[in-house]
Amino acid sequence: MRKNLNVIAAYSIMMVLIILVGVFQSWNIALSIFNMCLISAVMTMGANIQWGYAGLINFGIMGYTALGGLAAVLISVDPVQEAWSAGGFDILMCLWLIIALVLIIRFILKNFQKSKVRTYSIAALIISGIILIRFTAEPGIEAIEDINPAKTGFLGGFGLPIIFSWIVGAFFAGGLAFIVGKVALGLRADYLAIATLLISEIVIAIIKHEDWLTRGVKNVIGLKRPAPYEVDLQSTDWFITLVEKFNSGKLEVFSNLSDRQAALNQLVIEGSSIFVKLCYSGLFLTVVIILLILTQKALYSPWGRMMRAIRDNEEAANAMGKNVVKQHLLIFILGSAIVGIAGAMLVTQDGLFTPGSYRPMRYTFLIWVMVIVGGSGNNFGAILGGFAVWFLWIEAAPIALFLINFFTAGMSETHALKLHLIESVPYFRFLMMGLGLLLIMRYRPKGILPEKIEIK
Amino acid sequence: MDILNALILLLNYIFIPALTYGSQLALGAIFVTLIYGILRFANFATGDMMAFGTMVTILFTWYFQSLGISLGVLPTALLAIPFGILFMIIYMLSIDKFVFKYYRVNKSPPVQLAMVSIGVMFVTQAVVRIIIGPSDQRFFDGEKFIIKAREFKEMTGLNEGLALKSTQVITVLVTIVLVSLLFWFLNKTKTGKSMKAYSDNEDLALLSGIDPKKIVMITWIIAGILATIGGALYGLDKSFKPFTYFNNMLPIFAAAIVGGIGNPFGAFLGGYVIAFSEIFLTYAYKKFFIYILPESMEPESLVQLLSTDYKFAVSFSILVIVLLYRPSGIFKGKVL
Amino acid sequence: MAYFEGIEMTGGYGNGPNIINSCTVNVNRGEIVSILGPNGAGKSTAMKAMLGLLNLKSGSIKINGKDISNLSPQDRVKEGISFVPQNKNVFAGMTVEENLEMGAFLLNDEIKDIIEEIYELFPILKEKQNQLVGELSGGQRQQVALGRALMIKPTVLMLDEPTAGVSPIVMDELFDHIVKVKRNDVAILMVEQNAKQALSISDRGYVLVTGENRYAGTGNELLNDPRVRSSFLGG
Repeated sequence: MRKNLNVIAAYSIMMVLIILVGVFQSWNIALSIFNMCLISAVMTMGANIQWGYAGLINFGIMGYTALGGLAAVLISVDPVQEAWSAGGFDILMCLWLIIALVLIIRFILKNFQKSKVRTYSIAALIISGIILIRFTAEPGIEAIEDINPAKTGFLGGFGLPIIFSWIVGAFFAGGLAFIVGKVALGLRADYLAIATLLISEIVIAIIKHEDWLTRGVKNVIGLKRPAPYEVDLQSTDWFITLVEKFNSGKLEVFSNLSDRQAALNQLVIEGSSIFVKLCYSGLFLTVVIILLILTQKALYSPWGRMMRAIRDNEEAANAMGKNVVKQHLLIFILGSAIVGIAGAMLVTQDGLFTPGSYRPMRYTFLIWVMVIVGGSGNNFGAILGGFAVWFLWIEAAPIALFLINFFTAGMSETHALKLHLIESVPYFRFLMMGLGLLLIMRYRPKGILPEKIEIK
Repeated sequence: MDILNALILLLNYIFIPALTYGSQLALGAIFVTLIYGILRFANFATGDMMAFGTMVTILFTWYFQSLGISLGVLPTALLAIPFGILFMIIYMLSIDKFVFKYYRVNKSPPVQLAMVSIGVMFVTQAVVRIIIGPSDQRFFDGEKFIIKAREFKEMTGLNEGLALKSTQVITVLVTIVLVSLLFWFLNKTKTGKSMKAYSDNEDLALLSGIDPKKIVMITWIIAGILATIGGALYGLDKSFKPFTYFNNMLPIFAAAIVGGIGNPFGAFLGGYVIAFSEIFLTYAYKKFFIYILPESMEPESLVQLLSTDYKFAVSFSILVIVLLYRPSGIFKGKVL
Repeated sequence: MAYFEGIEMTGGYGNGPNIINSCTVNVNRGEIVSILGPNGAGKSTAMKAMLGLLNLKSGSIKINGKDISNLSPQDRVKEGISFVPQNKNVFAGMTVEENLEMGAFLLNDEIKDIIEEIYELFPILKEKQNQLVGELSGGQRQQVALGRALMIKPTVLMLDEPTAGVSPIVMDELFDHIVKVKRNDVAILMVEQNAKQALSISDRGYVLVTGENRYAGTGNELLNDPRVRSSFLGG
């Protein structure tokens, strides 16, 4: 019971903080923080499954997030017909070539003994395959990228509702995790960390530079939304009536009809963006709750028990006949898939896909801070970590500004040091993250809400 | 004549840049490998620590420039580097005292130390950005070129020019001197050997009376020297931007692992392996083939194996391949 | 009063249970003393206690009458106590000569002569002086380990299972070397699994059971004691 009290207290404090932002700053800001907190929570749950359940380090969170985002683009954007007719054939040919190459390599690996000749022939096959693929793809890629480069210049997607991409994103990320896991999971913990970090950089490099698929650094904007658009809401009758009812108290003070109309318009504009954010909150909250139920069930199932056994003593679990390699791969895929969902959610919320914005600080290391701070191995802790760290990440600048003003109150407004400090306010968030992480690791190494397994 | 032109082309666009870049990576890689070999964790704050040392160097360079002190044709930064090193060592030793020591004394697993180094990474990044800001800083002064491309053409009558920047020569020379000194220290002096012993077998080193505190301190001092000089040389040759330094951590890790982590000589060579393969694979050889092939066979495309966009991806792919087939690195041999 | 003695030692690792209970062991210079006993009897623990690798709850350690109970292991090495652990007892990534140099880390004077002495004692090491120890055979490694421990010219040499994992022929050779070391007026204390062979070269022996002294006596006495024979020497 005490454990539950801790959880409830921690979450209540978090909610109160967000509500305070709503009261003192604005509800718009509070809701965008809340939405990002939810997305962060999904990411942390993914990382927590890998680290907390199985002890696997995945420093490639960024790569899976980006793949989820890519899924959002490929699912929701309408197909660019001219691009398909210009270069679609070449691209499809390449796809077949890649599949053929993989099948041939599989065939060789299965049917021939391990030998130097085999290794070299596979290497030769891969190199010649890559050259062949490049020659096949080149004209197609150029043709695709030439079609209206300012607006499209890529193949486009399937034109489906963007919500589907949340599932597809999970599959994309899971697929990559399958490959990475096959390749790298046997490595020592710190090598695994470095390898996954570097592989995620390769993924980002590809997404950034394969314009025919992703438009690269030209970004994809104006993705379809699962929620209504503000402009439409502002001219919808039921919404205006709703806002009117909601704010009847405020509106009563106006005696003049035109003043009242102006105030109402203002309220409708504000209300519309809050309404849209609430729609997102609802969607995201659903995802978080579904994932939470599933992960909690998994954690207390025989499977969860086995995972913890593997984490705590790999050799013993192996000796008990548990297939450690297979389970590690499975959990690596599951965790990454969840991160992929978060990536798709993120792009859905923003309505745009900007490959240049994927940086390891924001999408890998910050997520790790969330996992460690929240409490690894505990889903409630992971979600709380996502909330608390994201909240601090956003509110760090105002807090820093307040502190700087407080401590330099004696200085004149034009003092060089004060001006310099105020100019560097955005970077205090790094300082706070770092100090937060260091303090937690030192004094509460199991996180705010530590893992506690009850035996049922 | 065409053959000569082709050779100069390769020298100018592949060999010299790769040698310079490789030297900068090598210094960073030895830094990573020393920390890994003796303090036993992967230091994710590598790039940002290098940025810190470089930042102090830049501040002192500016200070000297404002005083009117200069080294003539040489960059003033060379004069500032010792101060950069000094501050860097103080910074590193205090971080060790307040952060890493606790986990070392408690014999925490390496993964935990790596996580802690991420905290240090955040803090260092903040410190650097708060002090000097996130934008590009150039602090090079003095004579920029030793040989200018145009002068070279006039001198030799060749079509291809050869440009040799003074920073390139400085980088390579300093690296050679520094690395020779380091290997002399590690292999010939008693303290250096005791570092090797500590890295090889910590418990036995303690039983032989080797003082772990001293070893750790010396390691941070050497690391500080390497990180500051490596960072400052990179900044002189290209430019200083905190984000770039953070990113450089990745090829540096790649170099250290390719060379066999814990093995400084391997890390040294690993730097060049990474640099040369990055540049070899992403260079467009069109002009080269135009020089050496008869006119009828001249290529039309760029003859580029990979677009330069994938420069980083090359080194990471090499790393992944090495990790898969030879996790101990491609250079066999002694530890440390 | 013996040269090096552990008196009534009681203690365990960290805050764990006591592994040794008022256990007393002593050894004189020019003497080989073996500590024997079944698995888990606390043999190695007793030895590590004398080196200062675990905190004693009671009891004391004396060398030449001087109480060293509160010294760190490093400081005990300075008192002339050398220890060869059972595992990882060499610097595998360094050459034979470097291993010996590291053994003499605490000495500030010229060590060339000492190295020559070691080479006289273990001629094979001179041949392999520039080879990496990791590339040597098991028996040669044990010689490097012994050589490293002898570099500080110890008065007490403690060996933790020096013959574990080597073939019987190499074992005999190693015991020969240990006897040679003893003739240089060194006090040798060792823990051994090969009880019979160990007792045959030992002047005295202790048998520990569950951390307490059970039997003690000269090598021959123990070898011929029917109780010791039946329980620990396999009849």
